[in-house]
Amino acid sequence: MDARPDQVASNNRILRQSALESMTPAVSLRSVSRHFGQVRAVDAVNLDIAEGEFFALLGPSGSGKTTCLRLIAGFEQPTSGAVVIFGEDATRVPPYRRPVNTVFQDYALFPHLNILDNVAYGLMVRGEKKAARHQAAEEALSLVALGGFAGRKPSELSGGQRQRVALARALVLKPKVLLLDEPLGALDLKLREQMQSELKALQRRLGITFIFVTHDQGEALSMADRVAVFDRGHIQQIGAPQDVYDRPETPFVADFVGSSNVLPSNMVEQLAGQSVPASLRPEQIRLTDTDGKLIGNVIGSAFLGAANRIELDVGGVRLSVLLPKTAAVPDLGSLVNLTWDDGALHVMRGEHV
Amino acid sequence: MSETATVSSRISDSFWRRPTILLLLLVTPPLLWLGIVYLGSLFALLAQSFFSIDEFTGLVRYEFTLKTYAELFRASNFDILVRTIVMASAVTIASAIIAFPIAYYAARYAKGRWKAVFYLGIMLPLWSSYLVKVYSWKLILAKEGILNWLFETLHLSWILQAYLAIPVVGGNSLSVSWTGTFLVFVYVWLPFMILPVQAALERVPPSMLEASGDLGASSSQTLRHVILPLALPGIIAGSIFTFSLTMGDYIIPQIVGTSARMIGQAVYQFQGTAGNIPLAAAFAVVPIFVMGIYLTLAKRAGAFDAL
Repeated sequence: MDARPDQVASNNRILRQSALESMTPAVSLRSVSRHFGQVRAVDAVNLDIAEGEFFALLGPSGSGKTTCLRLIAGFEQPTSGAVVIFGEDATRVPPYRRPVNTVFQDYALFPHLNILDNVAYGLMVRGEKKAARHQAAEEALSLVALGGFAGRKPSELSGGQRQRVALARALVLKPKVLLLDEPLGALDLKLREQMQSELKALQRRLGITFIFVTHDQGEALSMADRVAVFDRGHIQQIGAPQDVYDRPETPFVADFVGSSNVLPSNMVEQLAGQSVPASLRPEQIRLTDTDGKLIGNVIGSAFLGAANRIELDVGGVRLSVLLPKTAAVPDLGSLVNLTWDDGALHVMRGEHV
Repeated sequence: MSETATVSSRISDSFWRRPTILLLLLVTPPLLWLGIVYLGSLFALLAQSFFSIDEFTGLVRYEFTLKTYAELFRASNFDILVRTIVMASAVTIASAIIAFPIAYYAARYAKGRWKAVFYLGIMLPLWSSYLVKVYSWKLILAKEGILNWLFETLHLSWILQAYLAIPVVGGNSLSVSWTGTFLVFVYVWLPFMILPVQAALERVPPSMLEASGDLGASSSQTLRHVILPLALPGIIAGSIFTFSLTMGDYIIPQIVGTSARMIGQAVYQFQGTAGNIPLAAAFAVVPIFVMGIYLTLAKRAGAFDAL
């Protein structure tokens, strides 16, 4: 059976689409809260993740995204609410009985075991015979392109290789859901980009649900099918990367996902007649000679390689504008007229959820 | 003032330019101490053990011989070796079993103030005199002691009597039995086991235990396959202390225990009253030899793989 890759991809998309609509979600959080004393790490979160989805939990540190992942893995118990995995209430199920496996941020490889035994660990505690588990581990290792490393110790591997081992160790158990906690956080930029596309390809090939935590919005947008944006224990918005980027629902999402300009409600009232905050992407603002919608004072500029970014002060509100490289950069202190296409100004929900 | 500052800054400048000189200055005194005082006396001891004593004159004959080592295998001497090694092993195993949960708690759960309380609790017995501790144990274990009184008050004397009636471990009272010696050894050397085990467990990141559970291991499987192997270097380090300290001690078995001797007492008597320095030296080599075998076996069994 030689299926063309694009055909497979489109089939996957159809499967994913139908999964979203009809099947029981792979993971479902039902008004889950996790409080540590006075701190509400996760507060009344509702979340449905479909089978086969590549799902990102995105947010700054301390926003509750990692706690959410740990709740799904079973390392944390919710203070209230229920964690449901494939339709079964897993709230009181210990981690070792959940059909999910985790790739840890620090990889958590066992230093006293070699790579093969690390990968075979899950099969060993299940009581599989040595030959069978070693064969499965070899297969998992070749899946992550680490075929020749079976006999080495974790300390003899580079960060990127350890990460692959951690991946193989989780995948060898054929989990229904794979959880990844900042999987690329410890890698350098070049390796990170490479692993991003590899992870994405791997998920396509295996067709299992990936849920990953990241604070890097670029990573979330480029890899995930859907993104949940976290802030202070709440989910601010759930949606496809394009939606979250283009149509942020709250000022936090606008600012955190791709550093959009957030216009305060009084300014939006003048521009659009609605007293709500709005987001305006830096790359959608143009400088114009006449007939600007706003006038700004240039207070800074920076060369970004592919473009120039200028910082403007507009009646006390700070805006950034991304100028194409071909456009002239205005002098510091000069006044410029700003305009944008209709529809670029995206009005949001109020400040609070 | 400024003069001295320039002199001292000039000295530090020259050290900065030639760091090896500073290193030599720092390392030489302790190396001399270790090299001459410690290793030197160790080799002198080893050399003594290859001499023998003239049975008529009672003087040391400075000729190479293995006769003294052969004497170790005479029944009365060999008993001392076996007794001491069995005692040291029992003390080590008991210390490891008692120390592990304490160390585990301290490494994994104790935070802030409780950690300080833990360290204080472990270290405090080490600050008081060893003799005071041993004598107080004699008072606890003696026939007129607290333990006897406690058993009597609870009308459980028969249990104690039944235990003391057991040959070898029993005796007239706990304070003159091998059980008493064992209890005091375990008490006195326990901190030396707890601290290295705790240090080893401290280095195990919590994510490693979570990973084990995540991969399907129950708590007991995690204990067996992850925690114990990672704690093993600490247990071995602790057992070096408990094992060698027990083998070399001559005061505890003198104060609490039977009249049968252990290696330490034998060394003390042979080099002192008996004046048989070669035999004392041969006895003293036994613990070193046993520790050597023990560490080799431990290494071969992979006890240090997690290091």
